[in-house]
Amino acid sequence: MDSADKSLQASPEQLTYANLLEKGMFVGLGLVLVTFAIYVLGIVSPYIPVDEIPKYWHLSVEKYLEAANVHAGWSWLGMLGYGDYLNFVGIAILAGVTILCYLAIVPILWRNDDKMYAVLALLEAIILCVAASGILGAGGH
Amino acid sequence: MWEMRKILPIGLLSLFIVLILTVPSWAQTPPGSPESATAYPWWMWPLVLLVVTFVLGVAAVLGGVGGGVLFVPIISGFFPFHLDFVRGAGLLVALAGALAAGPGLLKLNLASLRLAIPVALIASTFAIVGAMAGLALPTHIIQIALGCTILFICVLMLTAKKSTFPEVKQADKLSSVLRIYGVYQEASTGETIDWKVHRTPQGLILFVVIGIMAGMFGLGAGWANVPVLNLLMGVPLKISVATSKFLLSITDTSAAWVYLNQGCVIPMIVIPSVVGIMIGSFVGVRLLNVAKPSLVRWIVIIMLGFAGIRALMKGLGI
Repeated sequence: MDSADKSLQASPEQLTYANLLEKGMFVGLGLVLVTFAIYVLGIVSPYIPVDEIPKYWHLSVEKYLEAANVHAGWSWLGMLGYGDYLNFVGIAILAGVTILCYLAIVPILWRNDDKMYAVLALLEAIILCVAASGILGAGGH
Repeated sequence: MWEMRKILPIGLLSLFIVLILTVPSWAQTPPGSPESATAYPWWMWPLVLLVVTFVLGVAAVLGGVGGGVLFVPIISGFFPFHLDFVRGAGLLVALAGALAAGPGLLKLNLASLRLAIPVALIASTFAIVGAMAGLALPTHIIQIALGCTILFICVLMLTAKKSTFPEVKQADKLSSVLRIYGVYQEASTGETIDWKVHRTPQGLILFVVIGIMAGMFGLGAGWANVPVLNLLMGVPLKISVATSKFLLSITDTSAAWVYLNQGCVIPMIVIPSVVGIMIGSFVGVRLLNVAKPSLVRWIVIIMLGFAGIRALMKGLGI
């Protein structure tokens, strides 16, 4: 092992990743709190009235989607006019920031001639994008 | 101070028991029944959830476990929410905790991105598989498997040893090719610690299983990550704990998307839980100096054991 490679300091790609993760986390959490306040205070009307939600949450997801006439996947993007669906913006940022972090470090790794890790990072980003895309369906119960 | 060290864990357990017994679905009507959910004003649920998850957040930090591993069995056992929504919320709870801790751990160079990248690739891929399987299998099967897993975690917590600085005589071929090694300064002694890893292929194979379990049950997988990194691969304990926490932000991301896309996210369950656990974790960190860790750890094991048996009974229809 080359001792020159080792440092007490975090590598440039690690710092880039950390800084982007931190920003995304703050934006996501902030949005989650603000949109939840908008939702429960009734500033924007929800798709499912707050006092009706307890009728649905004991159901399996399949039955809930059917009973509440809710569509899964990215359909929430078209329902951002409702208070409950506004919450998905912050949640999606929290769930999506890691993809951006990976994409951000690929060029740094490649430039540093760390091509194997650049490929691994790109592969991870692709896998997370596939998960996020919703093309992987799960069967019902 | 000594009194405080004893009173705090006992107070925590008492508060937990009082909260659980006063959750209406548990105390007065069969948990999970529609009547239990609609018999009370809607605002009571996020409020109770916030308080219970706050207690779980405190207990998780003091007991040295992740919030997700307490959240899923306890909330699914004692609240009227379907397991699908609890697992979706559990992943987001674990994800939010990992995202909050990750940047600091990476900047301090305690979490190793170089170690995390190959491990995360395996774990997150199989977390997707676990999530898809978990949503496809019948709920009672998942409940039984969850109960068994939680009871296994209790045994693991009781028996697993930890090694602060594991001895790694020689790095294995794969870790050498991937250049997985590093150096960090032990704050308590000022000593500079060189670390390298061995048994990387075996470790990566175990992360297949860890990923599947994380996705299937919506648990954070710190309870499994740390022993594999520390005891099997020989990563120093601090680096293992920090890398494991950061790793959850990637593993749980992939599984969380599957649950999100299947419709398993109800903001009224998720947001109070995330906020409760996070505030509880902040308070827990501040209480670390006054609590007696071994006693709290026992209380966490009892809470988990109780929740594991309950999950098993629900799955078996008892």
